[in-house]
Amino acid sequence: MSEHTGHIVPSKLNWLVFIVLIVATCLTAWIATVDLGQFNTVVALVIATCKASMVVLIFMQVKYTSEKMTKAVLLFAVAWLILLLFLSLTDYSSRYAG
Amino acid sequence: MSDSPVVAEHAEHMEHDRPELRHHFADEEQQRNAASLGMWWFLGTEIMFFGGMFCAYLIYRLKYFPEFAAASRSLSLGIGTFNTTVLICSSLTVAQAVRAAQMGNRKLQVRMLLLTLVFGLAFLGIKTKEWGDKYREHHIPTFDFSAKDLMRDNQHLFGLDKLQNDPQALQKRAAEIQQHSQIFFALYFALTGMHAIHMIVGVGIFSVITWMAWKGRFTPEYHTPLEIAGLYWHFVDIVWIYLFPLLYLIDRRPGA
Repeated sequence: MSEHTGHIVPSKLNWLVFIVLIVATCLTAWIATVDLGQFNTVVALVIATCKASMVVLIFMQVKYTSEKMTKAVLLFAVAWLILLLFLSLTDYSSRYAG
Repeated sequence: MSDSPVVAEHAEHMEHDRPELRHHFADEEQQRNAASLGMWWFLGTEIMFFGGMFCAYLIYRLKYFPEFAAASRSLSLGIGTFNTTVLICSSLTVAQAVRAAQMGNRKLQVRMLLLTLVFGLAFLGIKTKEWGDKYREHHIPTFDFSAKDLMRDNQHLFGLDKLQNDPQALQKRAAEIQQHSQIFFALYFALTGMHAIHMIVGVGIFSVITWMAWKGRFTPEYHTPLEIAGLYWHFVDIVWIYLFPLLYLIDRRPGA
């Protein structure tokens, strides 16, 4: 069966991911109003990345795919993005600091 | 001759017992993986497309942080949070629609897809209301733009309270704020606008997908269009998952 249809994600797991995503959304909106100093942005981005990972792994079924190239494409796309943002960050943050 | 495995396999296709399997694929799984891999390549280019705008955002946020924080506070936290949950609801219904197709449940498929369209359109409607608010608040860059309300509400953040005895410095700072806060709103409209265009395209795609599902085109063996359209929808959802904190939650600390 599964060979012809792909992996079927259990309904309960979809609902669980959904509930976690909703809770995380409310959490991130609330915690933004709490003074964590420099860490407000870090916390917001960590929560967003957790949410995005759950969508990618379960809803987009990357966790279940037998195609390794899909994982490679995703990994490299994210790696280039981090390279772009991180190198820009080091460059510009050192410019304005001085 | 007819014992050769290649001929036997070819003959099997000819019998049309697996009509959806194209002859250049070994089996259904390989065919499905190839289709979804193609979509992932496209999404890779989409990451770079949005990445350029995120990078512009990053650079200007570093440079003009007080302006970005003040402008971010002028967006409605309640509406932003609510719209995020609307989009997450639509991702759930897409995931459940794919599941329904895998189970061969046409009725559930159509119901989930119609809900997806409702949530997608609701998101766009709420977004339109937010843009209307920005228009009324004179927060459209270059178009009768005014940062007066931002200055009034964020005296301390901008350091305006310290400049009260120096009218010249005060005027200079006000001119800067007027200019720099427009950069935030330019990026806000570019990012949410591009995201909304993706949503509109997504609603178009899912209208066709819903019609196909209604016609009973998708079976447990073959529902590739639904699956890869779903990948696109989830991707657009992920973009918003990052846009929400980056645009709405820059600095919401009370008294900061």
